[in-house]
Amino acid sequence: MNDFPKITPMGERGILIEFEPEISEKLLEKLLFYKDKLEEFYDEVNVEVVNTYNSLLISYMFSIENVYNEVLAIKELFGEAKIGKINNQQIFYLPVCYEKEFGWDLEYISKEKNLSKKEVVELHTKPFYTVFFTGFLPGFLYLGGLDEKLQISRKDQPRMKIEKGAVGIGENQTGIYPKSSPGGWQILGNCPVQFFDKNNDPPCEISAGDKVKFYSVSKEEFEEISEQISKGTFQLKKENYEG
Amino acid sequence: MKAEIEILHPGLFSTIQDFGRRGFQKYGVPLSGVMDRIALKTANLILQNQADAAVMEITQMGPKLKFSAATKIAISGAYLSPKLNEAGIDNNEVVKIHEGDILSFGRPEYGMRSYLAILDGFKTEKVLGSRSWYEDITRHEKLEKGMKLQYEGSEEQKYETHAAIKFDEEYLNSEEIEVFPGPEFEKLPETLKSHLRQSKFSIDKNNNRMAIQLSEILENEMQPIITGPVLPGTVQLTPGGKLIVLMRDCQTTGGYPRVLQLSEKGINMMAQKKAGDKIRFKSPPTPKGGEALS
Repeated sequence: MNDFPKITPMGERGILIEFEPEISEKLLEKLLFYKDKLEEFYDEVNVEVVNTYNSLLISYMFSIENVYNEVLAIKELFGEAKIGKINNQQIFYLPVCYEKEFGWDLEYISKEKNLSKKEVVELHTKPFYTVFFTGFLPGFLYLGGLDEKLQISRKDQPRMKIEKGAVGIGENQTGIYPKSSPGGWQILGNCPVQFFDKNNDPPCEISAGDKVKFYSVSKEEFEEISEQISKGTFQLKKENYEG
Repeated sequence: MKAEIEILHPGLFSTIQDFGRRGFQKYGVPLSGVMDRIALKTANLILQNQADAAVMEITQMGPKLKFSAATKIAISGAYLSPKLNEAGIDNNEVVKIHEGDILSFGRPEYGMRSYLAILDGFKTEKVLGSRSWYEDITRHEKLEKGMKLQYEGSEEQKYETHAAIKFDEEYLNSEEIEVFPGPEFEKLPETLKSHLRQSKFSIDKNNNRMAIQLSEILENEMQPIITGPVLPGTVQLTPGGKLIVLMRDCQTTGGYPRVLQLSEKGINMMAQKKAGDKIRFKSPPTPKGGEALS
């Protein structure tokens, strides 16, 4: 018998649904399928459902009156075992400038990994990274799919300040700092695109299940894109993703 | 009538808060909102405001504020010796404000956070459905000297002052924090479980709207978990053996084992604890949200 999913209350206003402790696209597909089901079942005004790698958390606006009933209802929803494909998946193409000014640790990575800087950039821009979820900071995407050859440990001493837009690697993860903050990741470039905007609804176009692909731009192109962004004329390149 | 409060002195750390931002956790946006919801409700109730009208959350050393027009205020939560002009005022009652009045605070007597409600609430910007201040989401993140905050002035009486209501302030001073087992509680060794049930813990000086650390170091051999959801009230156990109680501005996900989950009341109580205070974890009398801790 499979013990998962494990459905348990988390305080008075939350129910946590945990699946096998693994990081995979197959599990993500399952989570997002059930997430849709839950949002359909509950009125979205009353609950919020978030996913991580292997969990769904239902947060209720009010204290749950009868946890037993909730758990039963959720189990019934999950009884439907046929998992559908993720809907409306998109690929977002994000420009990254890997030049010296931004790629603070590119030299270090290339030495440690015995790759030329060009190879590092090629390996980093090749995959279609999967967005598993957003967390940590507003607009911080948890991306899966980093090439094993680029996996590298964090810096021994975290930097006091990493620039907004910095693209980095920490162990098997790669990501973009949505705002300047202290951090320990190895930095290899900078992405000028702001994809979290508090004045938009939704504030972030990219969501769980989407794909991200980086492409390398020169310093000049970076400046040009930054200018277009500040003028509001920059068009983020995206297309539908057919898994 | 447009009216404003001028910040003559910002005090230690004050923000505007309401019930917080719902529906944006999936974008990594914290829930935010008042640390102590009981005090917000009390202060708004006294003024017959809407339950979720925005209030000022004041931490320990209060600000000095000047009002440009008549209104009414009420203060709840921690007692920080508020004074109107030079006269001391009480918590939990309607205080009439006249043009030019100055509100200031003195010695913190009990509790950590005080809540200043104003007739009809503070009218600062609403971002993503809430007026709660949070870095990079709202324009301001804390009160600064010279800042001006809008409110609706009112010359006339909106209602007659009613008899004083008695408010239960026991939660402000109680040491017992209500908790449920967290998702990883069952994975703890028995010694740690009973330690959590029985020991007293002290509030560390490292505490803010994001998280409150406890000073004691526990013997911990638990492995980090795959990054998973966390909520205000989640108690994490770090690899170094520290307990961290996540509060209203906490991140939406985390990788440390989640050993306990505070009840709603427990979060409000925790919000009123200051460095050096002692607490004990206790199951609520009639657990609604889950199994009892003991």
